[in-house]
Amino acid sequence: MKKIEAIIKPHVLDEVKAALQQLGVTGMTAYEVKGFGRQKGHTEVYRGSEYTVDFVPKTKIELVVDDDIAPKVEQAIIDAARTGKIGDGKVFTSTIESAVRIRTGERGPEAL
Amino acid sequence: MQAIDTGSTAWMLVSAALVLFMTPGLALFYAGMVRSKNALSTTMHSLFAMGPVSIIWAVVGYTLAFGHDFGGIVGGLQAIGLGGVLGSVTGSGTAAIPTSVYVMYQGMFAIITVGLITGAIAERMKFKAYVVFATAWVILVYSPLAHWVWGGGWLMKLGALDFAGGTVVHIASASAALATAICLGRRKGYGTEELRPHNIPMSVLGAGILWFGWFGFNAGSALASGHLAGSAFMATHLSAAAGLLAWNLTEVLTGRKPTVLGAASGAVAGLVGITPAAGFVTPLAAIFIGLTCGVLCYFALRIKNRFGFDDALDVVGVHGIGGTTGALLTGIFASVAVNAAGANGLLFGGGPALLGKQAIGVVATIAFSFTMSFVILKLLDATMGLRVDPETEAMGLDVSEHSETAYEL
Repeated sequence: MKKIEAIIKPHVLDEVKAALQQLGVTGMTAYEVKGFGRQKGHTEVYRGSEYTVDFVPKTKIELVVDDDIAPKVEQAIIDAARTGKIGDGKVFTSTIESAVRIRTGERGPEAL
Repeated sequence: MQAIDTGSTAWMLVSAALVLFMTPGLALFYAGMVRSKNALSTTMHSLFAMGPVSIIWAVVGYTLAFGHDFGGIVGGLQAIGLGGVLGSVTGSGTAAIPTSVYVMYQGMFAIITVGLITGAIAERMKFKAYVVFATAWVILVYSPLAHWVWGGGWLMKLGALDFAGGTVVHIASASAALATAICLGRRKGYGTEELRPHNIPMSVLGAGILWFGWFGFNAGSALASGHLAGSAFMATHLSAAAGLLAWNLTEVLTGRKPTVLGAASGAVAGLVGITPAAGFVTPLAAIFIGLTCGVLCYFALRIKNRFGFDDALDVVGVHGIGGTTGALLTGIFASVAVNAAGANGLLFGGGPALLGKQAIGVVATIAFSFTMSFVILKLLDATMGLRVDPETEAMGLDVSEHSETAYEL
């Protein structure tokens, strides 16, 4: 099993979700997050005072999938989330040791 | 009972309610500009004033302001506890209204003046200390000042003009605000952290309520329904509009974007500026006053950080600068053609005399309000302490001072 985490632009979340559903992915978790990378923040001005906002709002998605579809999931996220501009985000894949569905006690890929 | 004018009475009842409504409007205006952890504390500063200030006004405030003149300084105690008010009449002819209406109308001004000060104490003052300060301030500062300007006191006798409270309300609250900013010190994180507004739409709603209520504040200050109320209403609206426009234009012309908080602040600056002048100036003069205040207040805020005082929500920059500008411009633009009870300013053949009186009014108000506020604050600091401890301040005053949070997120 693989865990795939991706930091993406908030406005592409729906497209990413639709692409993953087409692949047969049955669940995912999404967070609203803030962070900084190569994309610079922006300046806000209130009553003439400038404030530099370094943390940019992003969406983080997280899902665990069976090994065989992990590369397709990764590619689907990349395809759906790419705008070609700085700040598109990153995808991280890691190995998961175990998974349990709490309701039934199923283990491993059955639990996904 | 003496006869009253029903039209004027109806308008003054409405005006009193309009002025009261400004205070919760101010609560929203200010609360939107603080961080979310202090949204309730900031709201409460204005809201709470409606309680004790109303009671103080009924017990002693009104009579100290509008009782029989005592040496030009303060009113006598004839109307303590509002004794003798019921059944009596204030004004004459078409301006005759029940004194009860006059008492309530004036009392609403005392409430919002206290509320205005609180922009400078945001995010760090102990609530208890604020309550004691507000109580002392209404009795020792606001009531005598209202007497000086409107109650037959020395500034009124001198002939200084203040239609609706440029000195009594705006300059007085700004001077007190400066004293509180100095005595409290800067907020934790001032200059290093981002002390950003958390809810601009809330501030915009508040500014809208202020604009709406200001019609009662200024047009109501005619103390009657009629031509003067109409011209004050018009001057008020035009100055607010000009202030909004001027602030946004100044932003754009200095290479920035037109901001929403700027539009709201500009409108308030225009409203502040026209307050002393509303019943004495022509529509075009009102537009000029609004434009001037919009530009001057904008630049006042741009340079405020150089002074190092943390006037958190810019009471000095908007109400001090706007109020002073309006009071002085009244000395230039006032015209007896607009209001026969006024005087001619510099531009209308009155010479510099009125401008001089206006300047005396401004300086006297600043000196009195600042000094008294400073003394009250120093006494409170020595006895009960003014400021919450650093941990409480970091956590936010909503939880520590009120056991509530504004938002569940």
